[in-house]
Amino acid sequence: MSKKNPEYDFKWCPGCGDFGVRRALEMAMIDRMEMTGESMHNNVVVAGIGCSGNLVHLLEGEQPYGIHGIHGRSLPIALGVKMAQPSLNVVVVAGDGDFLSIGGEHIGPQAARNLNICAVIMDNGVYGLTKGQSSPTTLEGAITSSTPFGKLETKTNPLELYLTLGVSFVASGFSGQPRPLAELIKQGMDHSGFSIVHVQSPCTTYNDTFIELKGDIKNGIQPSIWDVPEEHDTSDRVAAHDLLQQGGVPIGVIYNDTDRISLDENVQKTWEKAQPKTVEQLMSAFEF
Amino acid sequence: MQLRDFVVRFAGEGGQGVVTSAEGLAQSSTQVGYHALTFATFPSQILGGPTWTQARISVDPVLAPGDDVNVLVAFNKEAYDAHYDDVRDDGVVIYNSAEFELEGDNRSFGLPFEELAKSTGNNRAANMVIIGALAHLINMPQENLVSFVEERFNRGRAEDAEIIRSNIEAMSLGRSHIAQSGFSLGQLAPPETPDYPQLMIKGNDAVSIGAMAAGLDFYVGYPISPATTILLYMERNLVGNNRFAYQVSSEIESITAILGAGYAGKRAMTATAGPGLSLMGEGLGLAWIAEIPLVVVDVQRGGPATGLPTKTEQSDLFSCMYPAHGDVRLPIIAVGTVEECFYGAIKAIEWAEKYQGPVILMTEMSLAERAQNIPKPDLSKVKQAKREVYTGSNGYLRYAGREMSPMPIPGSPGSYVANGSEHDDMGDTTHLGERHVQMTERRFGKIKLLEEDEFERDQPEHSVAVVTWGGSKGPSREAYNVLKEDGLPVGWYYTMNLNPLPPKMLEELKQKDLVIVPELNYQGQFSTILRSMGVKAESITQYTGLPFKARTLVEKITEMTNACLKETVRV
Repeated sequence: MSKKNPEYDFKWCPGCGDFGVRRALEMAMIDRMEMTGESMHNNVVVAGIGCSGNLVHLLEGEQPYGIHGIHGRSLPIALGVKMAQPSLNVVVVAGDGDFLSIGGEHIGPQAARNLNICAVIMDNGVYGLTKGQSSPTTLEGAITSSTPFGKLETKTNPLELYLTLGVSFVASGFSGQPRPLAELIKQGMDHSGFSIVHVQSPCTTYNDTFIELKGDIKNGIQPSIWDVPEEHDTSDRVAAHDLLQQGGVPIGVIYNDTDRISLDENVQKTWEKAQPKTVEQLMSAFEF
Repeated sequence: MQLRDFVVRFAGEGGQGVVTSAEGLAQSSTQVGYHALTFATFPSQILGGPTWTQARISVDPVLAPGDDVNVLVAFNKEAYDAHYDDVRDDGVVIYNSAEFELEGDNRSFGLPFEELAKSTGNNRAANMVIIGALAHLINMPQENLVSFVEERFNRGRAEDAEIIRSNIEAMSLGRSHIAQSGFSLGQLAPPETPDYPQLMIKGNDAVSIGAMAAGLDFYVGYPISPATTILLYMERNLVGNNRFAYQVSSEIESITAILGAGYAGKRAMTATAGPGLSLMGEGLGLAWIAEIPLVVVDVQRGGPATGLPTKTEQSDLFSCMYPAHGDVRLPIIAVGTVEECFYGAIKAIEWAEKYQGPVILMTEMSLAERAQNIPKPDLSKVKQAKREVYTGSNGYLRYAGREMSPMPIPGSPGSYVANGSEHDDMGDTTHLGERHVQMTERRFGKIKLLEEDEFERDQPEHSVAVVTWGGSKGPSREAYNVLKEDGLPVGWYYTMNLNPLPPKMLEELKQKDLVIVPELNYQGQFSTILRSMGVKAESITQYTGLPFKARTLVEKITEMTNACLKETVRV
């Protein structure tokens, strides 16, 4: 919303990582508009359900279009918006629970289609809005409100998952660095195909990993985030997999396949052959 | 004896040409000026399994598949055994003598269909052998069928002449062989050829073309019997001119994708059957609360769960009206004939755009696969569905007030959040009670925009009325016509608009002592809904996976009407 709306009473907790992601998304959209000359109403933000999805209401300044839909379905909603109007810039915002758990079934199909949208995923390793249950990215063994004796499942590695499913642009970011994150999101939007910018966005209430990610050298805590080296070849899938074996959280573009055609372009190209018939012509095939 | 109407049932195994024979017969009959309708029922497997298809040929427009069989064409012994009892006393059985032989059955005649076809040099002409035999039985002039064959196979190819010759020879062989039996069913009265252009079309194709006539431009679906043929038709034809048809990975993707498209300004539709409809519940609730136009076609089959995937039933009415949790009651159009499949689809798209929300178009297996001759729709009378679109500047309050308001489309000013949480005027989430009251009333209030007094009515003076819905229209009307002729004091009402019902019709129904509702489900779903609206409704139910027989309805309506009249007199 562009100005304060007293009726809208949702708030992120102080220090929530999602503030940084919101800022980064705003900057990325504005940068992109400046570059393309498009208007803000050419952007559509499709939000999942959870703390992260509320980002669509909390954007400041000029407002894009938004859909705050149902849990786990932001990707297929975005499919409909994008294929209805391929000229729109469609961005999905969702959390790890929404995107990887209930919505996990939609990642593979969009990757196979190479749907031309950018998904910004806020990973806090917990279900925050429902007060602290374990999510796919919660550590194995972690005690949460839904795993009183420790989480039984292994932690999902989302970046590995995206690569394996064939997502054509995979980047990893950190909410504590809005400017570099904005750059990653911008690259994701510019990518012609399915891009995911997976962001470490800590939950200060239920799973505060901020110090762990950022490090606290004075107190002897090494950061777990590290920058993807400049020499990393983002077009090399094997190199991308290798990068993810090195532990910690690499920050930057992990993989970028620029050779694949996006779904909307593919439709244009493939259906050139099709000769659309009028309804009258279609009907006459049944006439006798 | 002169016949006005006769019924042929083809029974055998999937892949034996059971369906193509029935459709070939129906098509050839309409081509020579008769009316025809087919009914098919299959097992749920790719090849084989017991299949049967029925074709009813008539001098008059056909309402229903027909209760009894004049001719049974049995492709194997199992089919003969299973269907023999449905053959009328004066009926005839033609069986495939290459498969089995019968002795001592004085109304059956063996015909080696395939062998005779082979002898013409065309292995694929077995259908024509059968059609020739049938033509003899009803004394149909050979020249009618010859012209049908010439027209059908004249495709501008070098081999046309040979195909036409072999097909005509196959028909003649069928004729001359059956003549040895001495059987005859009499003479089918000459056709009263309609003087208007016609289509021979199946229900699902009529739905597809109707939706396109209304301006459909976005279709997404997932394969499911018996809705798949709509997906296939769209993928072939809804292309170019910014239109889009696509197969996605589940019905959850179907509903959410068309929701995204409806939001982005497209006239959007999907088609499914019961299991898919269940998966769409949450998405339909979102379309309702966020006020996004879209159409879901439910081609009903037997349920629940996987149920009877290839049989007909009308048991999804509750799920269609209340597919989502929370306070939701969706607009429903239920079609009862192949012609209504066309016009119902147009109306569904119109309604969705008009009230800006989800609309369910209900059809069913028996209509989806039914081929029928219908008057060719006049496209000049079909208006493209139009949405009231917002054309102002930014800062628009999309959900302000209690009335439907113009809808902004992405790409133009008027940004808002289409919100699945309860929301305020601008689409932001709210928890205020008075907002929920305002928005709930706004959503239900918009339904009033769809109220239309479009319904059929006959003999409204009687205190008892038959009010059926969907595909039970045909057999119910056939039964009603018999009862009217017999002088039973019963009236007839019918509408495609199940929600909202035509207000005038509902008012009149409330005055009745009894409303009899033939419907294919156990619970009596439509009568339950009518009772909740103050109508004294009772159902005649059936849940065999097959349509009603008109005869069954004649008996039951008579019984219920007489019981009601007696009761009223006693009071």
